[in-house]
Amino acid sequence: MSAFRKTFQINKKDFIHAGEASVAVKNLLKSLHIDPKLIRRVAICGYEGEMNVVMHGGEGFLTFEIDSEKVVLNISDDGPGIADISLAMKKGYSTAADEYRQMGFGAGMGLPNMKENSDQFDIESEKGKGTRIRMVFLISKGG
Amino acid sequence: MKLSEIVKVLEATLFVGEDRLDKEFLAGGASDLMSDILAKRADECVFLTGLTTVQTIRTASVSGVGAVVIVRGKIPPDEVIRMAREEEIPLLSTPYSMFVSCGRLHGQGMTGLNGTR
Repeated sequence: MSAFRKTFQINKKDFIHAGEASVAVKNLLKSLHIDPKLIRRVAICGYEGEMNVVMHGGEGFLTFEIDSEKVVLNISDDGPGIADISLAMKKGYSTAADEYRQMGFGAGMGLPNMKENSDQFDIESEKGKGTRIRMVFLISKGG
Repeated sequence: MKLSEIVKVLEATLFVGEDRLDKEFLAGGASDLMSDILAKRADECVFLTGLTTVQTIRTASVSGVGAVVIVRGKIPPDEVIRMAREEEIPLLSTPYSMFVSCGRLHGQGMTGLNGTR
């Protein structure tokens, strides 16, 4: 399989369209007959990442790449950044606004869930300088 | 349980899934917190929730949920029904509360997401 790459824009506070990129990625992987368990892991990680950008970030991008060995998701935003990454990685820690909690998000589960569902998880962030997350999913590993 | 039996037991209105009435379900999960469903193995389950936003269907889609039941008699907005149809996810609405809906499905033999009774 030759490498393929596609970038999606994520808009600040756009709750209605949040997740569209991940659903598009899911459908694309489905059309490539990738293991459904792997598709599920990629889609969940992408979706959690998109919601984080919408809830906390500024404008952002989700870039999807696939080759014969792996799927890679890069999610970046130019938002306020994360002051304490180790705290943000703890289950249940959240700084999300009430409006998102009322819609079923912002429970402090997103980042830990992304780490759990990816085979490699890297996060870079600094207060005032946005956030960049890279997740790798090994095709050989499947679900 | 077949989808048709779930519709009957929950006295539900079926908005999407007329063509999947024979689809079988073994497990269910209930939450108004989308993060809870995303953090569990919810594929092929029945997902019961009181939230009727488009994110309910997107959560179901990326998690591989097999059917969505809206509880407490809420009617999903048109765009939510449209999205469920596009994603081919059966969508029901039951007049029963979350508690009673879960009890009715559990009483028919359905398990939790991890298979526990």
